[in-house]
Amino acid sequence: MSPDLWVLITGILAAVSCGVIGSFLVLRQNAMLGDAISHSVLPGLVLAFLITASRDVLPMVIGAAVFGVATAYLTELLDRTRHVYRDGALGIVFTLLFAVGVILIAIYADQIDLDQDCVLYGEIAYTPWDVAVIGGQSYGPRAVWILGGVLIANVVFILTFYKQLKICSFDPAMARAVGINERFWHYALMTMVSLTVVAAFESVGAILVVAMLIVPGATAYLLTDRLSVMLVLSAVAGVISAVGGFYAANWLDASIAGSMAVVAGVLLAGVLIGVVIGRRLAARKAVAAAAAAMGITRM
Amino acid sequence: MSEFWDLTIRFFSLADANVRWVVAGSILLGATAGALGSFAYLQRRSLLGDALAHSALPGVGLAFLLVGEKDFMALLIGAAIAGWLGALAVNAITRHSKLKQDAALGIVLTVFFGLGVVVLTHIQKTGAGSQAGLDSFLFGQAAALGERDVILLSIVAVVLLSMVALGFRSFTLLSFDPGFARSIGLPVRVLQFVLTTMIVLAVTIGLQAVGVVLIAALLITPAAAARQWTDKLSTMVILAALFGALSGLLGGWVSFLAPRMPTGPWVVVVISVVFAVSILFAPKRGVISRLRRHLRNRGKVAQEHILKAMFKSGYPERDWSGYQHVSDIDSMWSFSFREMARGLRRLEKRGLLERSDGSYRLTEDGVVEGARVIRRHRLWELYLTRYLELPGDHVHRDADDIEHILTPEMEAQLEELLEHPEYDPHHQEIPRIGREASQ
Repeated sequence: MSPDLWVLITGILAAVSCGVIGSFLVLRQNAMLGDAISHSVLPGLVLAFLITASRDVLPMVIGAAVFGVATAYLTELLDRTRHVYRDGALGIVFTLLFAVGVILIAIYADQIDLDQDCVLYGEIAYTPWDVAVIGGQSYGPRAVWILGGVLIANVVFILTFYKQLKICSFDPAMARAVGINERFWHYALMTMVSLTVVAAFESVGAILVVAMLIVPGATAYLLTDRLSVMLVLSAVAGVISAVGGFYAANWLDASIAGSMAVVAGVLLAGVLIGVVIGRRLAARKAVAAAAAAMGITRM
Repeated sequence: MSEFWDLTIRFFSLADANVRWVVAGSILLGATAGALGSFAYLQRRSLLGDALAHSALPGVGLAFLLVGEKDFMALLIGAAIAGWLGALAVNAITRHSKLKQDAALGIVLTVFFGLGVVVLTHIQKTGAGSQAGLDSFLFGQAAALGERDVILLSIVAVVLLSMVALGFRSFTLLSFDPGFARSIGLPVRVLQFVLTTMIVLAVTIGLQAVGVVLIAALLITPAAAARQWTDKLSTMVILAALFGALSGLLGGWVSFLAPRMPTGPWVVVVISVVFAVSILFAPKRGVISRLRRHLRNRGKVAQEHILKAMFKSGYPERDWSGYQHVSDIDSMWSFSFREMARGLRRLEKRGLLERSDGSYRLTEDGVVEGARVIRRHRLWELYLTRYLELPGDHVHRDADDIEHILTPEMEAQLEELLEHPEYDPHHQEIPRIGREASQ
C-alpha cells in the first residue's frame, strides 16, 4: 500500500476513536480535559526517559498515562473541596505539571535529547515508515495497530456500558437515585480518555488528538440530542475532517495534523451556521403561519 | 554557596540594568494577569487565557509571513488580532448554540492552533524565511526580553491595571450578576468586550515572557489562591495581583541564579505553591481550618450528649446530687471511649461537671446547660409536628441534629411562636430550669 494511504487510515482511526470518546467530554462539559492532558503528561515522558535512559515507546506511554490519569484525578480532588471552580482546578493542575516537565528538561538538558515542543510527540506524516515487525515479517505501520486497538477498546467500552455512561452524562442525580455509582463511571471514563489521548499522541501528535477529542463531538452535538445518533455523527465528522485535512495538507504543502484540525473547525462552523439559519427560518415560518391564522397577510 | 548569595544580592539590589528590566517586566505582567484573571475566574472562564494564547499562533505566523522578519512589534500585533478573533469566536459559539463555554474554548484553541501549525509549516516548506526565534516567542524566555520589549510590556501592563482600577465597579457587577448589571443600564456587552480585549492584551504581552502554556497559569492560579483568603472582590483582585507579582519576582530570581533555567515554569511553580498554601491554610475556607472546625463541632456535640444524658437520669426526681460512674454514663449513650473521655475532661474544665474519683455529677451550671439542650430538642420536635405537620415519630432524628445548632435567640423565638408550651409531642415535659432565673 502507498504511504499516503497509510497516513490517511491512521488519521481516520485517530479521528474516530477520539471523536466517540470525546463526545462524552463535550456532554459532561469537560472538553478542555484533552488539552490539559496533552500538556500535563510532559513530566511523565521526561521521567520515563530518565529512568530507562532510552526513547522506548512503552515506558514513555506508561509514564504519560500515569500523569494523564493523575491530571483527571487531581482536578477532581480540587473540585471536591468545593472551593475552586472546576475549570480553574484543571488549569492549575495542568500548568503546574507542564512547568515541572519543562524544568526537568532544563535540569537534565545534557542527558535529554528532547525539547519541549517536539517532545509533544508523534508526527502523522512519519507513521508509514514506523512499521511493526514481528519475527522478521512486516505487518504495516505500528500506529495503525495501536490506534485500531484504541478504537476497538473505546467502542467495546461504550457499547458494554452504554446505559451507565448515558445516564451519568445526562443526569448524575438520576444515576445516583437508581443505584448507579456515578463517581465510579466518571473515573472509568476519565481513565479511558487519558489512555486514548496518550496512545494517540504517541502516533499522531498532540494537536490532532486534542482537536478530534472536541470538535467532531461538538459538531455532532449541534445536530442531535440523542446520544446514539451523536456518537455516530461524531465518527462521521471525524472521518470527513481526516480525509479533508489530508487533501488540504497536500494542496497547501503544510502540516497534515494541523490541516485536519482546521477542516474539523470549518465543518463545525458550517454546521453551526446552518443550524442558526435553519432556526431563524423555522422561527420566521412559525410567525408567518401564526399571522396567517390570525388573518394578517402583510406585516 | 557564596556565589548564590552574591547573585541573590545582585538580583535584589537591582544593580544590573538588565535585571531591573526583567524584574519590572515580570512583576507588572504577574500583577496584570493576576488582577484580570480574578474576573475571568469568577465568570468561570479561567481557561480563556489558555485558549487565547494558543489561538495567537496563526497571527504570529501570518505577521511573520507579511513582515518577513522577526519584528517584535509586528508579531505582537499579529498575536493580539488572532487572539482577539479567537475570543470573538468563543462568544459567538456560546451565544448561538447549545455548546457550553468549555467546548467553545476547546474548539477555538485547537482549530486556531491547527491553523497556526499549517501557516508555520507552510512557511517552513516554502522557504519564506527562517523562523528561528519564533520558538522563544511562543515558549517564553523572560531573560531574552530586550529593553524595548520590556518598555512596551510595561506600558501595556500599566494601562491595563489602570483600566481595572477605573472600571472596577462595572467589572464587578458584570462578573457577579450580569442580569442585574443590565437592568441598571450598564452596557453589559460592551463591558464584556472590553474585559475580553484586556485579557487578550495581557495574554499577548505574556507570551514572550512565559510562553503559550504557562500564561494560562498566571491568569488562573493567583486568582484561585486569592479567592481562598477573602469574600471581597476588591481584596481578591489586589491579593491576586500581589501573588502574581511575587511569583514573577521569584521566578526571575531563580533564572538569574541558574541562567539555563527557563523563567516561566519557575513562575508557575512559585504561584502553585502559593495556591497550595492558600487552599490548605487560609482561615475559614482552608482545608485545615475546616477540619479543625469539624473536629471542634464534634467535640461540642459529644459534650452536649453527655450533659443531656446526665440531666435526663436525674430529671424524674429533680435530683442531680449523686455521683455517677463513667461506665454508667457510658451505658446511657453510645459514646466512643475517646470522645467521652475528652468530653468529660472539657466539661469539668468548663465547670459543668464535678469529679470525685472516677465518678461525675452535674454542677448547678451543668444542670442548666443540660436542661437547655433538652429544651431545644423538645421545642424543635414540637415545632416540626405543629407547623410542618410531621408525625411525632419522625422528628426525633432531626431534633437531635438541631439541638446543637439553635442559638438562644432562635430558642426565644420558638418559645414565642409555640406560646411557651409545657409538653413536647411525646408528652414529655419541656424543662425550664435556668430559664426562670434569666427571665
